[in-house]
Amino acid sequence: MSAPLLIAAISLSQLLLALAGCFAGWRILRGPRAQDRVVALDTLYVTSMLLFLVTGMRTASSFFFEAAMVIGLLGFVATVALAKFLLRGEVIE
Amino acid sequence: MRRLVPHPLLTVGLVAMWLMLTRFSLGNLLLGTVIALIAGWAMGALEPARVRIRRWDLVLRLALIVPWDILKSNAAVAWSILTNGQGGKRQSGFVCIPLTLRNSAGLGMLSIIITATPGTAWLEHDQHSGLLLLHVFDLRDGSDWPAFIRDRYEAPLLEIFR
Amino acid sequence: MTHLQAIPLWLAVPIALLLIFGSVLTLLGTIGLIRLHSFYDRLHTPTLGTSWGVASIALSSMLLFSWLGGRIVVHEAVIAIFVMITTPVTLMMLGRAALHRDRAEKSPLLPDIARRTLGSEDHPQVSADVSPAGRAPNPDLRG
Repeated sequence: MSAPLLIAAISLSQLLLALAGCFAGWRILRGPRAQDRVVALDTLYVTSMLLFLVTGMRTASSFFFEAAMVIGLLGFVATVALAKFLLRGEVIE
Repeated sequence: MRRLVPHPLLTVGLVAMWLMLTRFSLGNLLLGTVIALIAGWAMGALEPARVRIRRWDLVLRLALIVPWDILKSNAAVAWSILTNGQGGKRQSGFVCIPLTLRNSAGLGMLSIIITATPGTAWLEHDQHSGLLLLHVFDLRDGSDWPAFIRDRYEAPLLEIFR
Repeated sequence: MTHLQAIPLWLAVPIALLLIFGSVLTLLGTIGLIRLHSFYDRLHTPTLGTSWGVASIALSSMLLFSWLGGRIVVHEAVIAIFVMITTPVTLMMLGRAALHRDRAEKSPLLPDIARRTLGSEDHPQVSADVSPAGRAPNPDLRG
């Protein structure tokens, strides 16, 4: 009884998160300004990280957990670098 | 003791993180402790200002009220997005708040609390005048934002990092 | 999917509810990202996903893997804590960068209170209700 319930919940959650990623991607393409795109990129990183976590629950492997962790770290560094670039116009001072 | 563990909070936090990422066992506890001690010495070599927490009861209280406030703010912002700003009545705006908190660890905690709450975003803080510029998602409810931030978050943080 | 059959129903219900709650919050955040019109409004929306969105999905994953592994698995909490600490950093930097750029362009969208540099002589808030003389000297400001 619990397996169909969980599969339905995980599938719905994956669908919602994928949709969320599409919305963030739409804002990245649409802009209009650089800071809008960077906020959307940060959101896309978090959404895909969550999608990996949920997929890991479906397959019961720790591979997705580690991938989610790497995505989280990379997303943080990338967004900080981009924000720094927006603030000063150059990444390395 | 001070020489062995120059940053006790950091060391304990690192041991906890090591144990969370691996299985709990005696070997992992020892290995994690060694790594955390080395990281603590490395931090000591960098000589950042030491963080001292003076009121653990207030830390506990903040750890309870902040998630609750964030949940309430989540609900409010989500509702506002769903209803299109409650029919376009939502008004966002900038709020300027004078802070007395000057401790950098305290300001760091305050910035995390404020930014992690969906209804408020931290924009700028001036070290000399202590002024803080916030963007508030819904200013309409008429609550006194400077007094709210000051009483609910700044006052306990002032006590904690006195 | 065989591993999911090992979950009892009383545990499956909260796992499913937390999952749906977290993903709905994240989705609402991105809907806000699309529907809101000003940058500063949109700056608030990712926080929906990064606060309770991440927390509830990590919690449901922790419940599932703890039951499957027969021990308490908390490594998802590291991700949740990491996201909760790093998102404020990025959003603060982005907010400051946007403010900096809007000021440099003298954007008409900024109100007076945000257009002037904080703490400067002509900042409206300084003359309004802060008396710099009344402040305690700052012992924490080294260097």
